[in-house]
Amino acid sequence: MDSAGTVLQLLFAGIGTGSIYALVAVGFNVIFKSTDAINFSQGEWVMMGGMVAAATVTATASPVWLACLFAVLVVTGVGMASERLVVFPIAKPTPLLITLISIGLAICTKSAVMLVLGKNPAGYPGFAGDTAVHLAGASIHSQTLSIIAITIAFMVLAHLFFEKTLLGKALRAAAADRDAAELAGIRVRSTVLWSFGIAAMAGAVAGAIITPLTFTSYDHGTMLGFKGFSAAMLGGLGNLYGSLLGGLLLGLLEAFASGYISSHFKDAVAFLVLLVILFWRPTGLMGTPAVEKV
Amino acid sequence: MLEVSGLSAGYGEVRVLHDLALTVEPGECVCLVGANGAGKTTLMRSLSGLLRPVQGAIRFQGRDLARTAAHDVVRAGIALVPEGRRVLGPMTVRENLEIGAFHRSWPRRQDGVDEDLEFVLTLFPRLRERLLQTAGTLSGGEQQMLAIARALMARPKLLLLDEPSMGLAPLVVKEIFATIRRLNERGMSILLAEQNARMALRTAARGYVVAEGRIVLAADSGTLQRDPMVQEAYLGV
Repeated sequence: MDSAGTVLQLLFAGIGTGSIYALVAVGFNVIFKSTDAINFSQGEWVMMGGMVAAATVTATASPVWLACLFAVLVVTGVGMASERLVVFPIAKPTPLLITLISIGLAICTKSAVMLVLGKNPAGYPGFAGDTAVHLAGASIHSQTLSIIAITIAFMVLAHLFFEKTLLGKALRAAAADRDAAELAGIRVRSTVLWSFGIAAMAGAVAGAIITPLTFTSYDHGTMLGFKGFSAAMLGGLGNLYGSLLGGLLLGLLEAFASGYISSHFKDAVAFLVLLVILFWRPTGLMGTPAVEKV
Repeated sequence: MLEVSGLSAGYGEVRVLHDLALTVEPGECVCLVGANGAGKTTLMRSLSGLLRPVQGAIRFQGRDLARTAAHDVVRAGIALVPEGRRVLGPMTVRENLEIGAFHRSWPRRQDGVDEDLEFVLTLFPRLRERLLQTAGTLSGGEQQMLAIARALMARPKLLLLDEPSMGLAPLVVKEIFATIRRLNERGMSILLAEQNARMALRTAARGYVVAEGRIVLAADSGTLQRDPMVQEAYLGV
């Protein structure tokens, strides 16, 4: 393979996985914005998206896209139900409390998936089958292109939702100032429910579209969650556009590190990125330190 | 219209308000004067539903709102302009105003929201010039105008204002108080908490003096302005 082909190959691989990290990071960001908490079950929703889609494909022989859509709906429901069951009943929710509870939620989610869907790895073909696209010496799985397209579509829709719809604006208002939002008539506790729904949906989309490339099993969530968290930190926690930047950067770094150094370093890259960002710029690339005018 | 009786409130074990009573009649502008820490903000937070009182009744148009959450108090017709303005900094001026009308726009948009937007922009022409600017980039005076405009977008029957003069230049304070007077002349009932007793007593017809979480004096503004205790403690005469 010539070097231009290698670069192109790695570039696409990086953007593909980076898109997935970006989607997972969106989930972290949406819940962080509305609760100031880090939601450790985010990665489990990613895994669940893939697992439910795989089980649906196996059980009903329905087309992959339909199974994925179904899985996204199921996991979104699970996310919202989780909020009602374990976050909403807290009398005095603090960010630390919600973060700790989300660890328990992650363990329960993982166990429930294992008990219901089993321990075996699961997978299914891409939306366009397992075909490859050849481009200037690089061979790119068609699913990589689907991932990129779906991620762009998801980001555009999320942007429109938060900027153009009243519900989206209400969520932003509640994130900006809880008391001020309450005073305007917004039920701030209910906005947390919506955030959980959106976060679970973002995670499920990521899980459903990555599974054709990587397979999945009940224990895949933790690492995906960690990667998404690193991407969110890299882009700037609480920033939707930072998610995209952080996710893509992390994906590209991983791809080129494993391509040019060794694939053993693939997972280490995320840890390294997280450490560097925490030391050097804890607010992330697009984050701004909180400044308040009084 | 508003009748508060036996109101006690505080934070955790700390009791700030003790057995407090006051009334606001329809169309009235009433002020609360008192030093920093007297309990004015705690009272405003209790009236708006942000803080649940320990005891007492908040009767508003025949309904007891003492146990009602803030998002429902605004639906009942009381809007608070909070201390420190609390504009939604990352959002635009227009979005702040849309959020102000949230309870009238969700789930279905009621009539009159566009008219009210037009009204507040006429009241504060500076906001019209800055509709697409983010609220965090406004000057302090403009943020105060936005906070008042946002509360008006809820179309309240009673407007609560907590320290509208805080941190503002004297000229801006004058402008804000002129607007408050104008709103009152148009028939808006107003309860105004203010450390700047001089401005407050010039604006309101009647006032309460709050000290250590209790009402220590209640009279019309003229009487309060002539009261030796008020003159010494709050007017700096």
